[in-house]
Amino acid sequence: MSPSASVHSAVEPAETPLTPESWGKLGMWIFLAGDAVGFGVLLASYGGMRATSADWPSPYAVLGINLTAAMTFLLICSSVTMVKALEWLGKGDRSKCRMFLFFTLHINGNPWGASLFGTSFFLVTGFHGLHVTGGVIYLVSMIRYVTNRPAPAASYNAVEITGLYWHFVDLVWIMVFTFMYLI
Amino acid sequence: MAGAEHKHPNYMAIFWYLAILTVIEIAVIYAPLNKTTIVVLLCALALGKAALVAMYFMHLRFETGTLGLVAITPLMIATLLVFLLLPDGFAVAKRTVGVKAAVSAPAKH
Repeated sequence: MSPSASVHSAVEPAETPLTPESWGKLGMWIFLAGDAVGFGVLLASYGGMRATSADWPSPYAVLGINLTAAMTFLLICSSVTMVKALEWLGKGDRSKCRMFLFFTLHINGNPWGASLFGTSFFLVTGFHGLHVTGGVIYLVSMIRYVTNRPAPAASYNAVEITGLYWHFVDLVWIMVFTFMYLI
Repeated sequence: MAGAEHKHPNYMAIFWYLAILTVIEIAVIYAPLNKTTIVVLLCALALGKAALVAMYFMHLRFETGTLGLVAITPLMIATLLVFLLLPDGFAVAKRTVGVKAAVSAPAKH
């Protein structure tokens, strides 16, 4: 059992068999599955239209692949800093956790990336940009949350759930980058 | 913390795998291969990267199998949707090809 489960045992008397550690984690997974259907439908529609179009432009002739590849790399870096934040919190080091949450926030909160994502292929990239914006707000609130909780273990579960969301945003970008920029 | 050992895999190794796969993706689009091979390779690489993120960063590898089914369902729905859309797309393309040819052809008087 994770430390968070013992801390929250008073408010989570029953365990879910899917995620025995917390109901919150199951809730986030279900939300992400629904959100993934949203992205899946957008990408599938894009794929369907493109496959049947005779004069679709070649994306890498129009879009800046190298810059986008660098941004993709940064997004992967931010996933690593996110898991590092969780790892340090698990070891009881709250200040290192906050530091890595701060890195995660700034790697992706950069305006350079935002304008690139927002201006090209607006529907899908805009939808993704909206998720990144939501993630940035989520991370800011988590830095505050980790700071205010009495013990590092008390915020472990919440940081893990935040990580699920953030990695999902990264995962979706892996798909968007491949299907809309490379293919 | 019980179970902490298996819950934190070597994140840096995963990071390097992801970085290397990204470089391979970029290399593939400039490789002298036919379009179908490139598309298949890019899809496989993207799925591999997504699987690494889900399995290790999102800890799906250490969760129950049923949660894995929850996670994989959207991918299956999206894949199915592509094939559902293709017949319509091809039908529209077939009809509009004739229209486009008529529009672009010089008018005969």
